[in-house]
Amino acid sequence: MNSIQPFPSPLTTPTGTRASRGLGLVVFLGMVLLTMLGLFFTDEDVVQGSTVRLMYIHVPTAWVAYLAFIVTAVASAMYMWGKQHSLTFDRIAGASAEVGVIFMGLSLVTGSLWGRLTWGTYWQWDPRLTTTVFLFVTYVGYLAVRDLGGSHQQRAKRSGVVALLAVLEIPLVHFSVVLWRSLHQEASILQPNGNVTMDGLMLFTLLFGVAVFTLLFAWMVLHRQRVLTLADAIDDGGLETALQERRNEVN
Amino acid sequence: MTQHPISTMSVARAIATKDLRIEWRSKVLVNQVLPFAGIVMVLFAFALDNDGILQRVAPGLVWLAVLFSSLIIVQRTFAIESADNALDAIKVAGVSSAGVFLGKAVALVVQLLLFECVLVLLSLVLYQVHLSWGGAVLLVTVSFLANIGIAAMGALYGGLGAAAKGRETLLPLLLLPAVAPVLIAATRATESAFGVSGATLGEGWPWVALLAVFGALFTFGGTLAFGVLTEE
Repeated sequence: MNSIQPFPSPLTTPTGTRASRGLGLVVFLGMVLLTMLGLFFTDEDVVQGSTVRLMYIHVPTAWVAYLAFIVTAVASAMYMWGKQHSLTFDRIAGASAEVGVIFMGLSLVTGSLWGRLTWGTYWQWDPRLTTTVFLFVTYVGYLAVRDLGGSHQQRAKRSGVVALLAVLEIPLVHFSVVLWRSLHQEASILQPNGNVTMDGLMLFTLLFGVAVFTLLFAWMVLHRQRVLTLADAIDDGGLETALQERRNEVN
Repeated sequence: MTQHPISTMSVARAIATKDLRIEWRSKVLVNQVLPFAGIVMVLFAFALDNDGILQRVAPGLVWLAVLFSSLIIVQRTFAIESADNALDAIKVAGVSSAGVFLGKAVALVVQLLLFECVLVLLSLVLYQVHLSWGGAVLLVTVSFLANIGIAAMGALYGGLGAAAKGRETLLPLLLLPAVAPVLIAATRATESAFGVSGATLGEGWPWVALLAVFGALFTFGGTLAFGVLTEE
């Protein structure tokens, strides 16, 4: 191959298409509506007061984080066992994990703010919370493994294995934390009422939030995955260009 | 699956013997890492300067010291491979990577067992805990099974760090969250063995099952994954 492969410039190659721009617009309008619903249209909760409004962000971010890690695991499995070993699956896994880590961080922050107002403490050693933190750290590690360098296929294989190992790890962590907590019950902390009945508009706002955040997740992964494709192409193209320059020097 | 001229088990035995022989001759673990673990036990006592507390948290301190030492042991076990690209040579030799993984893990189990013997003895002396014969049987079982789990995860992620040269700093981030179930189970079982926090001996044995599942799962996972993780 003597001709230089024209590789896409990140400045001139848009990551948006008609469809993804349409999706972005829908997400934007949905977010505006969610904000209105969450802050103005819904009433305060009888027990929690305005604190309940945090839930309209907290529940959707937690949902998106878990969804993101499921997508990462599935995409990694499809890369590992697919006949083509398509890097597209690897990039989807990576993009999804990045978005997942951000949303898991947001969900931990909003959750602990809510906990401070409702339980009187930022943190409680509840199995679900503890497992969530482990999930967060595990995927920070996963992203670090993606960053180790080497060829794209090497990155894809390594991180694919780590993502699949995480699928084994997390249930074990959760199970052992549940067993651990069952021995150490704390009675001093105000327990929230588990059977909170929500009024129609509040429930709608919550579900609407989940739907809008899911679309936001799809939009972010779509774009991030395209950016990763461009970054990989520049890596490959950069090598080609350098080789071509050396060849030109010789001639 | 490719057929290897040497069986997986012979490779595992060769690697484990080689690793242990290097440690036996170089004495790096005994002369450097073991004193580190010992001083950590003493520092715990400085930080938690209260006899009652110390006795109660002794099981957790023993296992924390084991986990921190395991990071150094794992790094050491792969440092001897990457020093003169020995890992590359093993890969070029075309032997089964599952065998290499098992060999590394077995050597780690043996080294960790030595550490636990010393750390438990230290906790008996420094933290004034009591160990009955029944407790000792439980403790040996727990240590052995916990080591399998730590060694499997350590060999796996240590191999990953060694293959990506100069990125050993990644090991704690990957290994510590992954072995959290071992810390929980081993600490609770050791509480029973020491008879602290009101734990009885019988309460310790169910945790053994969790350790066994963890060890089996990741030994199996490791034999499959090690080759991919250390690939160039």
